[in-house]
Amino acid sequence: MIEDWRHGGFGLYLHWPFCASKCPYCDFNSHVAGQIDIARWRNAYIREIDRIGRETEGRVLNTVFFGGGTPSLMPADLVAAILDKIRGTWRLANDLEVTLEANPTSAEAQRFRGYAEAGVNRLSMGVQALNDADLKRLGRLHSVAEAERAFGIAREVFDRVSFDLIYARQDQTLSAWETELSRALSMAVDHLSLYQLTIEDGTAFGTRHAAGGLRGIPGEDLAADLYHLTQEICDAAGMPAYEVSNHARPGAESRHNSIYWRYGDYAGIGPGAHGRLTLGGSRKATDTPKAPGAWLNRVEQTGTGETLREDLPLHEQAEEYLMFGLRLREGIDAARYQALSGQPLDAEALTEMEDLGLLVIDGAQIRTTPAGRAVLNAILRRLFP
Amino acid sequence: MTQLDLIRNFSIVAHIDHGKSTLADRLIQMTGTVAERDMKAQMLDSMDIERERGITIKANTVRIEYPAKDGQTYILNLIDTPGHVDFAYEVSRSMRAVEGSLLVVDASQGVEAQTLANVYQAIDAGHEIVPVLNKIDLPAAEPDRVKEQIEDVIGIDASEAIPISAKSGLGIPDVLEAIVTRLPAPKGDRNAPLKAMLVDSWYDPYLGVVVMIRVMDGVIRKGDRIKMMQTGAVYGIDKLAVLKPQMVDIAELGPGEIGVLTASIKQVRDTRVGDTITHEKKGCEVPLPGFKPAQPVVFCGLFPVDANDFEGLRDAIEKLALNDASFSYEMETSAALGFGFRCGFLGLLHLEVVRDRLEREYDLDLITTAPSVVFKLHMKDGEVRDLHNPADMPDLTYVDHIEEPRIKATIMVPDEYLGDVLKLCQDRRGIQLDLTYAGSRAMVVYDLPLAEVVFDFYDRLKSVTKGYASFDYQISEYREDFLVKMSILVNDEPVDALSIMVHRDRAEARGRAMVEKLKELIPRHMFKIPIQAAIGGRVIARETLSAMRKDVTAKCYGGDATRKKKLLEKQKAGKKKMRQFGKVEIPQSAFISALKMDD
Repeated sequence: MIEDWRHGGFGLYLHWPFCASKCPYCDFNSHVAGQIDIARWRNAYIREIDRIGRETEGRVLNTVFFGGGTPSLMPADLVAAILDKIRGTWRLANDLEVTLEANPTSAEAQRFRGYAEAGVNRLSMGVQALNDADLKRLGRLHSVAEAERAFGIAREVFDRVSFDLIYARQDQTLSAWETELSRALSMAVDHLSLYQLTIEDGTAFGTRHAAGGLRGIPGEDLAADLYHLTQEICDAAGMPAYEVSNHARPGAESRHNSIYWRYGDYAGIGPGAHGRLTLGGSRKATDTPKAPGAWLNRVEQTGTGETLREDLPLHEQAEEYLMFGLRLREGIDAARYQALSGQPLDAEALTEMEDLGLLVIDGAQIRTTPAGRAVLNAILRRLFP
Repeated sequence: MTQLDLIRNFSIVAHIDHGKSTLADRLIQMTGTVAERDMKAQMLDSMDIERERGITIKANTVRIEYPAKDGQTYILNLIDTPGHVDFAYEVSRSMRAVEGSLLVVDASQGVEAQTLANVYQAIDAGHEIVPVLNKIDLPAAEPDRVKEQIEDVIGIDASEAIPISAKSGLGIPDVLEAIVTRLPAPKGDRNAPLKAMLVDSWYDPYLGVVVMIRVMDGVIRKGDRIKMMQTGAVYGIDKLAVLKPQMVDIAELGPGEIGVLTASIKQVRDTRVGDTITHEKKGCEVPLPGFKPAQPVVFCGLFPVDANDFEGLRDAIEKLALNDASFSYEMETSAALGFGFRCGFLGLLHLEVVRDRLEREYDLDLITTAPSVVFKLHMKDGEVRDLHNPADMPDLTYVDHIEEPRIKATIMVPDEYLGDVLKLCQDRRGIQLDLTYAGSRAMVVYDLPLAEVVFDFYDRLKSVTKGYASFDYQISEYREDFLVKMSILVNDEPVDALSIMVHRDRAEARGRAMVEKLKELIPRHMFKIPIQAAIGGRVIARETLSAMRKDVTAKCYGGDATRKKKLLEKQKAGKKKMRQFGKVEIPQSAFISALKMDD
């Protein structure tokens, strides 16, 4: 029997923790810093690639993903040095996907060509809104016009370009979103990430919301209407959802993110990066310090950025597989779940949710319907043992 | 033993916040009964809950030695009576143990409904009453108007009311002197057989059950064999003491004296307030009049939030009951809430106090079901049954008619809120008995069903009058009315803990209000949920809770696995705070909130 992770593949995630400014909705591990010692960072990334390379010797690497933070603030030669090191460490898949997250400001767009030359072949841009007033509310530093220019450059330079939009924003109506989304689809190449605004604790929005501010955030019914409208429009445009918030022309799905959702193995390098790695027959969860300085020091002084490495019990792996896999339109394989969990999914719950039109059970494959994906947390609560 | 004419026994009658406890503290302090440094504010209210709520629940007492202006030193026994209507019986017993009362009225607030109930008890007990106007130093004080009001409303002479400020100590010497000169000395025959009243009892962790007594006739000594005339139990006295307010041993207590004894009594339950204590041998023939066993009037279910806490709840309730004879309990099983107890209380405050103590002192999380009263079911075969729990309502074909307890409620309210108060009483099926004015305050007396009052009447009254109304009640009688059991069905399953007894004419409105409330209180599920109110098989109100439409995490990538899983596990654990009914989960808070009426 093959190891479970092989159903999903193997990818490498690199976290660049710095941003030019902190967005009020963002709860990712990002920091605004003045001076960054690029040489130290390069050495640390390279040391970590070395370490993980030794542990995963012989594997084929499917994907690389530079996330953040704002990786488009990285100098192109840093990205090049990292990718060179990666090429010298693993055997690479023929269709290796190398994604970098970018903000669409003009300053950053100047580096796009350098990234492409370094080996980045896919750009994921944080456009977030096609409306200047809302961009301001979201704390973004670019305008719509600037984003469009940056996007134009990206299209010339990269084969694959995706961008993100945030919707269900303050006071957003169905018709306003319909117009905005249609415009986005007319720009889009083959991939779009469409996220509903989520108010997270510990963010500026979270604080304002808790204090009774931030009025006009859509309630459950409008949020649901917005979600389903999004599915309709994207389906009609030939960009159906392949995941809760991700749309692509068939074949253009993000292969790196698909590793997470198909519950493959991924190594996490950089501050706050998590990993799931199957080593010596057991799947391990890894974690690193969130603070940039703490991670650097740890790598330099101990030779590893990891602060945590523990065996994930099989039942937790089963839960993670379920949690990720049901996000995908393709769903999960009940047999794979059972092999991890040691027991089948609750048949009564499955039938009940199938009758409610939330799930489709197709032999061993269990899939969420669009209505089901909209209430996935409830489905998971029902299915978690 | 003290000479009768050097004893004065008294109580203090006052509305909440009018300064009863502060005055008591001052009397104790000014006579040097407690050293200054031992004085904690409101000495006599010993329970946390009492201090927090500013109310006195159990009667306490203190013996004060006071050197009066006539050169004699008097023994003043203050019995600090419960100030709340729930404890009316305890108040009445305490009143019988003393000869006079200080009537404390806030000079800026005037007479309140609760003051009335207690002062009438004092008058009934034949007390001499000395009016005291407190908070005289407040700018809003209107002593003349309040004196007039005392005379108009209560009907006692207030011309010699003593102006004081318990807070600053102003006028306290005058109060002490008035106790000696204006209140009568007790009477009694020291040569007659022992006759003492059991005024109160409580559990002390070191001493066991402590019994407070007032000697009427005869003499009681340490080592005596005594008999409780109601229970017939016989005990030997281990300790005899007076309260200063800490216990100070004393060899004997004679007529007119008040003190405490311990006698290896196991449980407070074995002592009955109002019982007569005499000697085992050569005892008195006739007990003191007026003894009544405690009679719970309000019932509710108490269930542990976590079913695993049931044994803990049982333990806690048993321990609490040892100390509180007026509280009754029996095990109850609810399809909705699992195992718990149906508990009986003297009234709503008593209910709250017991529940708070269970939660606080025993660290339990409890679900309290809607309070209900005792209905009398007159069965067709002539049997009369008490119905404590609407869930136990038998098939109507066997019931001839149903009676419910009625109360006589006295409400005092400033003129401008009178309309709202009348409407509230009318809405609660009240019948107006009387409406009079004292200055700009109205006093309205209503005949109301207790069932309409036990739940949220007092809260509503406070809210419609912005807190300016005062309210008191006495149980009056049982009376027949057209009462029905209304059930609530959630997703077509009856939820027993939500069924209530209601007047037929009010059933639609109550049913509608409840289903609308529940629609808000129950979170959306994956499917739509009908919520119905029904009488028998007939649905009288219905709402539908729509299916959940959106509950998904927008972003979930590799780094979110652990965090996201924890969140889902937390949500899953949160479901334990819900109760499962068929496929529907109902939050615990819904069981009480659903019944609150926003009329």
